[in-house]
Amino acid sequence: MSVKSLLTHSFMVAWKDLMELFRNKMGLAMLVVMPIFMMGMVGFIFPSSSSMGHVTIGLANEDQGYGSYLNAGSALAAGLEEINNSTGQITITHASSLSEVQDMIQRGAIDGGIVISRNFSSSIASGKQGTIIVVTDETNPQMSSVMRTSMTNLFQQIGTQVARQNVEWLSPDVNASNSLAVVAPYNVQTEGAVAGNFNYFDFMAPGLMAMTVMMSVMTGLPAAISHEREVGTLDGMMVAPINRLAVVLGKTLAQTARGLLQGTLILVLSMALFGVTIHGSILLIFALLLLGVFSFVGVGIVLTSFTKDQETATMVMTSIMFPMMFLSGVFFPIQQMPWFMQNISQMLPLTYAATALRKVMVFGAGVPAITTELTILIALGIIMTLIAVPVFKRAMTR
Amino acid sequence: MTAESNAMIEVKNLTKKFNDFTAVDDVSFDVKHGEIFGLLGPNGAGKSTTIRMLATLTRPTAGTIKIGGQDVVKDDDRVRRLVGLVSEKVILYERLTAKENLWFFGKLYNIPSDILNQRIDDLLEMVQLSQWKNAKAGTFSTGMRQRMNVIRALLNAPQVLFLDEPTLGLDPQSSVEIREFVRKISKESKTTIILTTHMMVDADMLCDRIGIMDHGKIVALDTSKNLKKMISGADHNILNLDVANLTTRAVASIRSLKCATSVSQESSTRLKVHTTGDEAFDTIIDTLRAEKCRINSVEHLEPSLEDVFLHITGRDVRDKADQKPSMQSEHRHFMMPRSRVR
Repeated sequence: MSVKSLLTHSFMVAWKDLMELFRNKMGLAMLVVMPIFMMGMVGFIFPSSSSMGHVTIGLANEDQGYGSYLNAGSALAAGLEEINNSTGQITITHASSLSEVQDMIQRGAIDGGIVISRNFSSSIASGKQGTIIVVTDETNPQMSSVMRTSMTNLFQQIGTQVARQNVEWLSPDVNASNSLAVVAPYNVQTEGAVAGNFNYFDFMAPGLMAMTVMMSVMTGLPAAISHEREVGTLDGMMVAPINRLAVVLGKTLAQTARGLLQGTLILVLSMALFGVTIHGSILLIFALLLLGVFSFVGVGIVLTSFTKDQETATMVMTSIMFPMMFLSGVFFPIQQMPWFMQNISQMLPLTYAATALRKVMVFGAGVPAITTELTILIALGIIMTLIAVPVFKRAMTR
Repeated sequence: MTAESNAMIEVKNLTKKFNDFTAVDDVSFDVKHGEIFGLLGPNGAGKSTTIRMLATLTRPTAGTIKIGGQDVVKDDDRVRRLVGLVSEKVILYERLTAKENLWFFGKLYNIPSDILNQRIDDLLEMVQLSQWKNAKAGTFSTGMRQRMNVIRALLNAPQVLFLDEPTLGLDPQSSVEIREFVRKISKESKTTIILTTHMMVDADMLCDRIGIMDHGKIVALDTSKNLKKMISGADHNILNLDVANLTTRAVASIRSLKCATSVSQESSTRLKVHTTGDEAFDTIIDTLRAEKCRINSVEHLEPSLEDVFLHITGRDVRDKADQKPSMQSEHRHFMMPRSRVR
């Protein structure tokens, strides 16, 4: 009977909160705009590491040639121009020397540079390696790293071609069909755990969903309750013969519904706009989101009990939210963080919810593959609820 | 313990401390079944805190409250079924309609849907809000909101109704409506009513008995009539003098008289004097004559509750009317539950 009452009253509170939400046109608009804004922002600001669009490169051919030999530097430069013309990925600007390239980078005229050294031809002719210098812009670490890897790759490939010709020319046993195996005996291929084309969004969308749903409950709950306390309507509920928990449970239900709505919106957006594909079961995804809420709601309740007004609640929430966003591996993989940061992120429920969700969405994993995360989330939820309920009951009857 | 007495509410040695601040200080009183009981006093006197403790919203630091024989702390849920609260802040959700608001709160009392529907219609009818049934509460005027606030508290047909400053911020017209409505509820359904106010008219016109609160204590408790008797009679009088050429010197000499306990100049010609002693009247007239004042009229005033308050506390009720120290400390207290005295 008392459980039935608790549930009835909770549903009434949830109904009331949702009615208020759906009648608030501005709030509703923000509810929809926020995920769009978030997705767009994160999607377009964070660069995807493989592509290099509209990069300007300064090319300086300092090679002085070697006697009657072919000027190898010019041939290389010509080859680069040809690649440039066929792919259109980079724009090449000519420069005369290393120092001019460096100067141009400093002025911001180019993003990076390639310098073919003075003794390039002579080194090759005398049986030494020819040196090519890739100049990077240190103020742009992302671009530097992209430049370094892609240029190294490019010259490696050109080098391999040259080597094949040399080997074919040196030995009668080597011909066009086996020269590659002689020069580069290993063929390295990368393949993901699941087949398909993945981008940064496939990594980020699950985490973003988990974050939105859980944050919505954690921030929404204290804000909603302290708002009602300030306006005075909380007294109306408190003076009624209802279990104090019905208030918090009802509000949690309403906030969860709000969060799931936003989460779904993010999912739809990332599928429609950013080509994210779901490999796992949708049902499991929503179950995980709900479990995330459960693991987290206790924190929200405890904070509700200790914050006196809406302003304080919002301030406390914001200062908790930001570290959580960045430490839970939503935007950056946890493995990239220093060890002490990793320790912190292992204490955050969002980390596990995001990881499990990623496994389900990207790998199509089932329950067996995420038992660790499930166990931790359930345990965290039970512990936090056990702490939160008495704290809240105490706080409500001061 | 006066078991089975006709006391609906028994308050014994009630004390509430917020950290170092004692909001309610060892207060005891009984309220009879069907009575309208007023707590009168300036803001910060502890009226609201007392009401909140009676309504189970705040836990007493010490002392006991029994409502309908149930202990407010131990049987809080039973007490909640018996009471209704009209709080100082209007309890209304702006984005819900009048009906939805009442429906929501009614459902918290487990009222079956058909009965609740009927009751909502009756209550709206009673305060002439039927035509606004499906209008959002956010569009209501202050008077309409307060009427909603009152009928919300009546949803569970409470035996005890608490009204915390029911006429605060209302225009005279709305105040009259609310007062008439409260009287009607009391008469028709024999509801026991406790109201707090710092408005003398409210207390005077509505209440069967009045407890005057100041600094957390009940300093006087009786019917309005008896309270006024305290300060009128052979020994104590209030004179309203109309003097044609009232000079500051004359006022000063009256003030210096021993028999004049309080003197207030109400206009350029009018003087209100509280007096003690049998010869006060003569002394005052003599003094004015000595100052060559021409007395147009002397009126022997019936004392008002305001005069009673002034007499007991030595201060005017409205002195502190704009301050709200108790609310502040309540919130502060909430931040630090550990320091609560249990």
